[in-house]
Amino acid sequence: MFENLSLLTLQHYWWIIVSLLGSALVFLMFVQGGQTLIYTLGKNDKERTMLVNSLGRKWEFTFTTLVTFGGAFFASFPLFYATSFGGAYWVWMIILLAFVIQAVSYEFRSKAGNFLGAKVYEGFLFINGLFGTVLIGTAVATFFTGSQFSLNDLNQVNWEGPARGLEAALNIRNIALGFSVFFLARILAILYFMNNIDNDAIFIRSRKHLWINTIPFLIAFLFFLTMLLVKDGFAVDPDSKMVSMEKYKYLHNLLEMPVILVMLLIGVAGVLFGIIRALIKKTTIGIWFTGPGTILTVLALFLIAGFNNTAFYPSTFDLQSSLTIENASSSKFTLTVMSYVSLLVPVVVAYIWYAWRSMNRKQITQEELSKEDHVY
Amino acid sequence: MLQSIDWSLVDWSRAQFALTAMYHWLFVPLTLGITWILAIMETIYVKTGDPEWKRLTKFWMKLFGINFAIGVATGIILEFEFGTNWSNYSWFVGDIFGAPLAVEGIMAFFMESTFIAIMFFGWNKVSKKFHLASTWLTAIGANLSALWILVANAWMQSPVGTQFNPDTARNEMTNFFDVLFSPVAVNKFLHTIGSGFVLAAIFIIGISAWFLLKKRESRLAFRSITIAAILGLLASVHLVLTGDGSAKRVAEVQPMKLAAMEGLYDGKEGAGLVGFGILAAKEKREAETGEEFIFKFEMPKVLSWMAYGDANHFVAGVNDFKNGNPERGILSIPEKMQRGGIARQALDDYKRAKASGDTARADSLKGLFSDPEFLENNFKYFGYGFHDDVNYFIPHVPITFYSFHIMVILGFGFVLYFLIFLFFASRGELQKRKFWLRLAPWVIPLPYIASQAGWVVAELGRQPWTIQDLLPTVAAVTRIDSGSVIVTFILFALTFTVLAIAEVKIMLSAIKTGPKNEGGTR
Repeated sequence: MFENLSLLTLQHYWWIIVSLLGSALVFLMFVQGGQTLIYTLGKNDKERTMLVNSLGRKWEFTFTTLVTFGGAFFASFPLFYATSFGGAYWVWMIILLAFVIQAVSYEFRSKAGNFLGAKVYEGFLFINGLFGTVLIGTAVATFFTGSQFSLNDLNQVNWEGPARGLEAALNIRNIALGFSVFFLARILAILYFMNNIDNDAIFIRSRKHLWINTIPFLIAFLFFLTMLLVKDGFAVDPDSKMVSMEKYKYLHNLLEMPVILVMLLIGVAGVLFGIIRALIKKTTIGIWFTGPGTILTVLALFLIAGFNNTAFYPSTFDLQSSLTIENASSSKFTLTVMSYVSLLVPVVVAYIWYAWRSMNRKQITQEELSKEDHVY
Repeated sequence: MLQSIDWSLVDWSRAQFALTAMYHWLFVPLTLGITWILAIMETIYVKTGDPEWKRLTKFWMKLFGINFAIGVATGIILEFEFGTNWSNYSWFVGDIFGAPLAVEGIMAFFMESTFIAIMFFGWNKVSKKFHLASTWLTAIGANLSALWILVANAWMQSPVGTQFNPDTARNEMTNFFDVLFSPVAVNKFLHTIGSGFVLAAIFIIGISAWFLLKKRESRLAFRSITIAAILGLLASVHLVLTGDGSAKRVAEVQPMKLAAMEGLYDGKEGAGLVGFGILAAKEKREAETGEEFIFKFEMPKVLSWMAYGDANHFVAGVNDFKNGNPERGILSIPEKMQRGGIARQALDDYKRAKASGDTARADSLKGLFSDPEFLENNFKYFGYGFHDDVNYFIPHVPITFYSFHIMVILGFGFVLYFLIFLFFASRGELQKRKFWLRLAPWVIPLPYIASQAGWVVAELGRQPWTIQDLLPTVAAVTRIDSGSVIVTFILFALTFTVLAIAEVKIMLSAIKTGPKNEGGTR
């Protein structure tokens, strides 16, 4: 069935899949957000252990989603993989290191003979939570602000940025998205804890910190969104494939693709509704609005970066080297094969859902943890 | 494109990749093998209802969890390193290579990470059967992930199902099933899975033997040894068989690697298999012409028979490839360099013609890349066009030779080792065999060494290729200052080493604690 689709349709289909994985990743980074709150919300060892274990049963999904996001991007848009990872070397390396130290920290934290001590592993979790979110957000922002690179006629990248990607962190718009992701991850974590842990002290503290994180989130995100809507964008001429700057390109994209505009509005409304509800009422369901709201919002941002003849990984050094979903994609054959593989995704989502439901029927309590023999 | 190649960049990039791959491979084989053994133990528990089997399963599961975390940590780097350090590679073959990585994520990693959570935390939350199913699915997920990454690796060794597209300057997939079911891939997968089993079995025997010596948990230790010895024996025989299959594949697609594995410099008919030997130093070999070994123990004609199924078959040596052997139809490296150079030139000319708008010339040059004759005579050697030093195209013979022989000798030793333990176990004599019990913990490192040596053969034996005959390392590497790579190499080396120390210490501490008593279930 996929064989009959045009290459351009397949490219759009795969941009949607990659975008979905990216937005699922941002939602699942509540784990990272939570890791920066262990000492803020937990005032004694027992509380901290509950927080760590609550996250510890989910961290692998975030991690796996990140890995799959990378793999899917590689398979569908290999030129992005080659250009961005090879080019913005230092950004990605720091992100990777932050995830390496996370992967062992849950398992090792409370084990006897763990060499470094629990505090160090908690420190690792904090570092992962801070750098993982801020730098991934910063890297994604370059989809709109551009990077400095050129491609030769063999499509090999020459990175012209002085700091192999770290220069992106000097751009205020990139930083704004980085911190939006950071504070959003903390908000999601707070709402997740309120839902997942049965402990009054943590619940009360969570609500207090929801305020504290919502304000900087709103400032950073609204700043980024405003800048995005008024900035020039990287437009691709559908016939000549030449890239040029277009005024209000991303605003135009939203207006020309009203479905995405609606998606963005519903998404932002969902994020805010979940937060506000948890602020004014003692409820555990905030995450059910803010979580899906996050996915819709991020999805909309990814889609306006790549759809409607827009270059999704633009080069400010050489406009014509910019990557589009057309010039960066795999061949029609590979996209077709991978499209069949993508049919597995609903199956995967279904069993994850089933497994989570059967594990999460009850909230985490101190009593349950004391009976558990696999405790982080 | 090679005008200003920085060799230290290539070397450090290779070193960094080798470092991550080898650290990763310290932890993965145990995961691959022990998950099956956990599933089998838990199945016995569910079938018999004997809570002792549950205790046993949980004990090994705990050790598995410690090991698993660090395998994950080292794995994420590997995936992204293709992009960060081998970006030209990532574009040149991303159309084929990316797919297995994506399938691995979608099909295997999610399965593994979803059901591992149930395996660890679900004992009191889900039904016995659901839990058992989760343990099996964790094993399947872990091994599926091995399948896909090995398919990707096998494709690098033997690029099939692909065609070069001069417009995009990359290889594009033409047949997915050729990639998936390539004989190299199938063999590699079976051999690797077998090695995981053997390693896990030796791990379990070693630790259980320690318990027997300490007279603790004797019943559990006895059960563990029995299961591990049976599975280990089957797996080690399977390893020998698939190892033989691997050698045949190597003879077919990477004959230079075969020559290096056997330290065979000058090809011959009815070549013997070197059981073990010590290679002569390079200078001596060149001066005295001919003597390849200071000492060797050789089985006559076995190599010819093993590689080609014919005891008198000609097996080519390193020099046959280096200097060519017209009689046997083997091209010399300089000849291949020239032919590959023509293919590279054609690509450059095509790009230039296209840029200058000379469509007639561009079309005729483009046609070359779908012309069977050009593909066979020139493009096949495309990678040889990237360098002008003959020796660059010859792998390091001593490293390949010794690694190969260490692996093989240990592999045969494991068959014997399992037989001995099975024999003692079947006669109920394990407790009395103090020598073997004392030895067993010290045997644990050996399958790790064998397994690492196997990968050294597979990867160093095919240097300089990232993609056999098409893309050498020098053309695959990301162009970046080598200083950056040196810094990341050091960062990774330190991080992995610290984490590995922590892992071993936690593991030892968990072993000393032993299986947990299940309140009330005993």
